[in-house]
Amino acid sequence: MSERVFLKGNEAIARAALAAGMRCYFGYPITPQNDIPELLSAELPKAGGEFVQAESEVAAANMLLGAAACGVRAMTTSSSPGISLMQEAISYMAGSELPGVIVNMNRGGPGLGDIGPSQGDYYQATRGGGHGDYRTLVLAPGTVQEAYDLTMLAFDLAFHYRNPVMVLGDAILGQMKEPVTPHTPARTADPEAASWCLQGAVGRPGRIIKSLFLEDGALAGQNTRLAAKYQAMEAEVRAEQFLVEDAELVVVAYGSIGRIAKSTVRKLRNAGHKVGLVRPITLFPFPSAMLRALADQGKRFLTLEHNLGQMVDDVRLAIRTVADSAFHGHLPGNLPTPNDFEAPILTALGADH
Amino acid sequence: MPSRVQFREDRCKGCLLCVQACPSGIIQQSSRFNQQGYKVAEVPAERMAECKGCAFCAIMCPDFAIHVFKTKEAA
Amino acid sequence: MQEIRVTNYPEVLVDRPTHYCPGCQHGIAHRLVAEALTDLGVVDKTIAVSSIGCSVFLYNYLNLDTVEAPHGRAPAVATGVKRARPDAVVFTYQGDGDLASIGMAEIMHCANRGERVTVIFVNNTVYGMTGGQMAPTTLVGQKTTTCPGGRCLEREGAPIRMSEIIASLGGTAYCERVAVNTVKNVLGAKKAIRKAFQYQLDGKGFSFVEVLSTCPTNWRMTPVAANERVASEMIPYFPLGTFKDIAATEGA
Repeated sequence: MSERVFLKGNEAIARAALAAGMRCYFGYPITPQNDIPELLSAELPKAGGEFVQAESEVAAANMLLGAAACGVRAMTTSSSPGISLMQEAISYMAGSELPGVIVNMNRGGPGLGDIGPSQGDYYQATRGGGHGDYRTLVLAPGTVQEAYDLTMLAFDLAFHYRNPVMVLGDAILGQMKEPVTPHTPARTADPEAASWCLQGAVGRPGRIIKSLFLEDGALAGQNTRLAAKYQAMEAEVRAEQFLVEDAELVVVAYGSIGRIAKSTVRKLRNAGHKVGLVRPITLFPFPSAMLRALADQGKRFLTLEHNLGQMVDDVRLAIRTVADSAFHGHLPGNLPTPNDFEAPILTALGADH
Repeated sequence: MPSRVQFREDRCKGCLLCVQACPSGIIQQSSRFNQQGYKVAEVPAERMAECKGCAFCAIMCPDFAIHVFKTKEAA
Repeated sequence: MQEIRVTNYPEVLVDRPTHYCPGCQHGIAHRLVAEALTDLGVVDKTIAVSSIGCSVFLYNYLNLDTVEAPHGRAPAVATGVKRARPDAVVFTYQGDGDLASIGMAEIMHCANRGERVTVIFVNNTVYGMTGGQMAPTTLVGQKTTTCPGGRCLEREGAPIRMSEIIASLGGTAYCERVAVNTVKNVLGAKKAIRKAFQYQLDGKGFSFVEVLSTCPTNWRMTPVAANERVASEMIPYFPLGTFKDIAATEGA
């Protein structure tokens, strides 16, 4: 068992990527994720990898596409406005079935927004984000340890599904310092990629990695294959359940907001309120079946987000025809505390406060 | 040392860049259409003897449609 | 008596009809790339990056490992490929809209970083696949579907001379503009493309060959007239020659 170390969320992501065998990193400066490229610019070359500060997020994401086509573990990181610029390449990667890890340390928007925490990119992350009918697998860590673990997992999943995987954090997680137990994963490379990646056509016809399907019926076929893949990703659904068993009200919140809400739930439990928490860890695929099962037990729901209401759509879709979800949105631009969520939870419980 | 040009008529698009390139001026557009509907290039049989085998036509052909042959005395 | 074939199309050049219009010189440029890779014996360690435009189908004609890049991003994709596989020979094949308009940032920085990749830039002064719109290299006065009265210097600016710009960047090892309008020029283009790949193999830096080319369909010309326009209008504005060669500088 290795030593515990104190790391910021951003540092944890960079260290996890190094431990996971990342060979190439491409990035462009943007607050609040700069610790990641700064750390990797020093450490990745030492580990024999390639660090490139790209001319833009557009270029960084396309460099990721190129490295991914070669079957190596590669990553880019950014924050909301930069992630918008990356959507072109993410769409091409999804269409070309290329594995890559994209980290979004979500900040406030729209536009330039602010550099504080926000969950305003939920739709963008879970609906594909770019043009065309596709999805990226989305992992939403709530603690620094989880940021470390899920970044490692992101590489495995990207190669398993040959699909871009997004790690969706925020400015809270990136800047928060917590103890982390680093570890080395079982897998640090993907030899199976040799069956599809570009290496030079030695003793075989050239391989073509593309997202253009012009022939009659070809694109429909590709979209059908992609749909089947997204269906298969249901096997990856993860969520934390906290005190839901006897809860009358289930709070649904993800990422750092999920973790803050957990403190509120704990406090209200101590005060005798029957409240529990579901914290989705995968946002796509979404833990719909879990929520539906809870709804079938007659529970009520409150979705808490750091935006004007995005994930609440998925909660409502999951429990539709049996239940509904109330919503409370904490506005970006300030940091919510556990106290901020007390009143909305008590209101949803119908309790006096 | 006679030479000859062979046009792959199924590949020829009738662009005639070969006509422009031929120093002997022996290539012309035929009246034949290929399957794609292009009037293909040709060297009339009676002028083939004038081919020098320089392959300028093939160098200018964007469609890899021309082969040039030279005949050598066996060594 | 023994008959020998003078023409030897390299094996990497796929034996199939191209989708290009009659007289379009993409085919010549494809052949020259195929010949260079074959002559250097690097076909099986080459990774091509195709771009957007008529030449997106490069992979149908060159039997190489190929990845398709979004519009203008081929130099960024090539950077990712080369960093992931430094032993591979990596090249992009891009048109003028792709490289000199939407992809201007990517080409400039790829060259400036001195990425060990080769860029084949086919300049035919027009957007071909989308139907003949004005390109960054459209000549002043040239009529296109989006400058029907001819490109206007005051309104649309002057056509961009990419080779001159690329040559000015620190990471560029070799930069040459060639044409394929005459036998002599094709042979010169062949030499330049081979040299560009050789520089990559030698790790000298970024190498760039601009190929002046025709688009008879969108120029509304016969192939022969279009080919004549290369000499009469294009070369005077886009002069042929070597704009940078670090070997020549080193030797001086």
